Amino acid sequence: MTIEMQKERENEATTEGLAMSTSLSSIALSSKMKTRGLKAGFGKTEVLKGIDLDIPEKCVTAIMGPSGCGKTTFIRCLNRIHELTAGAKVQGEVMLDDEDIYGPNVDAVAVRRKIGMVFQKPNPFPTMSVYDNVAAGLKLNGVRDRKLLDQVVERSLKMGFLWEEVKDELHKSGAALSGGQQQRLCIARAIAVQPEVLLMDEPASALDPTATAKIEEAMMELKKQYTIVIVTHNMQQAARVADYTAFFYLGELVEFGETAQLFEKPKKELTERYITGKFG
Amino acid sequence: MAGLTANSGIDRRRRFTNQAMTGLIYVAVGLAIAPLVVILADVAVRGAPVMSVAFFTHLPTPVGTPGGGIANAIIGSFIMVGLACLIAIPMGVGAGIFFSEWPESRLSTVSSFLNDVLAEFPSIVVGIFVYVVVVLATGTFSALAGGIALAIIMIPIVARTTEESLKLVPRNLREASMALGIPRWKTVLSIVISTGRAGLFTGILLAVARAAGETAPLLLTALGNTFYAKGLMNPIAALPLTIYTYGISPFPDWQADAWGAALVLIAFMLALNLTIKLTVGRKMSHVRPEN
Repeated sequence: MTIEMQKERENEATTEGLAMSTSLSSIALSSKMKTRGLKAGFGKTEVLKGIDLDIPEKCVTAIMGPSGCGKTTFIRCLNRIHELTAGAKVQGEVMLDDEDIYGPNVDAVAVRRKIGMVFQKPNPFPTMSVYDNVAAGLKLNGVRDRKLLDQVVERSLKMGFLWEEVKDELHKSGAALSGGQQQRLCIARAIAVQPEVLLMDEPASALDPTATAKIEEAMMELKKQYTIVIVTHNMQQAARVADYTAFFYLGELVEFGETAQLFEKPKKELTERYITGKFG
Repeated sequence: MAGLTANSGIDRRRRFTNQAMTGLIYVAVGLAIAPLVVILADVAVRGAPVMSVAFFTHLPTPVGTPGGGIANAIIGSFIMVGLACLIAIPMGVGAGIFFSEWPESRLSTVSSFLNDVLAEFPSIVVGIFVYVVVVLATGTFSALAGGIALAIIMIPIVARTTEESLKLVPRNLREASMALGIPRWKTVLSIVISTGRAGLFTGILLAVARAAGETAPLLLTALGNTFYAKGLMNPIAALPLTIYTYGISPFPDWQADAWGAALVLIAFMLALNLTIKLTVGRKMSHVRPEN
């Protein structure tokens, strides 16, 4: 404890540390989402043991930690996808703009419209064209206006950094694209419904470095409009793309702070040991 | 001796055992296909002589009068199988969707089990059931009763294959759809079914092939006749009934017609199966689980 407190004081001495400590205690930026006492699991297994985390608006927040730390479960609780798994349990609060998305009268479908998701493995709809994949969310929610759909598809593909590669073959099957292109297609599909938050569950773990770089480039643009939460076990990736980073271990939030601070001057010994590769 | 040339006693024995076992497997395969080949050849040889345009377009003629056909049976089979499809496809597909997509429901697991029981039902029992419920109630053998009986045969097949093919649709596609804020029922109807449609199609065709060949339920429901059916509420002919009635008759020309009808029915089933193989085999490739 004393070591940690000392570290904290050291951090506060530097300007960087000063900014960090403000953002930590009472986030200077407004929070888009907040979790309070979030517990989740499957059946009798508790994966998350009470997470309190504030997710800053229009920033990239990375959730990092070793396998089995609950980071994927955490992100899946943020848009109520977790509960679709048989035996899944959730407890606690998840606030989106100060409204509990687990509140009694909240419609999970409406929640998911505001909080989009990109999955670990690219999963375009295999029977649909590139165009239809991007338009799917709108079409299936009743949008028929062709002009509007055209605009949304183009804009979303541009934001997903895929437009230039597919603009001449929008009617080709989405499954015919390369893995990296498929993942950017999935990003375009998720943002086509204009969510407020974009959750990304290890979006680049199945991709090569070039494809990963493109996804990260897209994220830099996307965060101007969206609040992004990304799960990653790749520390370099967190360091590259995230403004804030949370370190999870065994279902608990160990540390949360500005990415630079967390990597350079972690406050907890556990965090330091993880980022220096002593375990994980 | 430890080289790559195998000359020792053990090596020779191994090679011999390998060849002997391979030979045994070929024999087993041969024995398994033999009945199929013999039946196909027999039906083809005996059915071929009566094949003519008239056989497909004419009504049966009285014994001893040449030029008779089985047009009424072909049409009757199409009508009843069509009727059965109208009933069985919506019900079977609906049930299959329920089994696959709502496995957490107790009703789903119980009815899925009962569906298996229904699939194993002796078809003559289905015939008796429809005889009591439809034929006795309406006071007449009819195409409608035949269609209902065939539908009862088809429903469990369609339901089971629908369930199996939808279960093959990767879970992450359902999640991708739900994550877009698409409600569950729409996810099932637009994403899951369109991804698993090749399997659905296969199931329906298999059920059609099965229904087209059923005889027992039709004996007690459609009865059969020797002219074009007057309507859905009248007795109607069908290929299996023609084969049955003509086959057990004492008249050589009727027996020849029975072989001909059998050839038509088998050719129809081969065509259905080939359709499945050729069209669906390729389409199924995208439904395979990717993990």
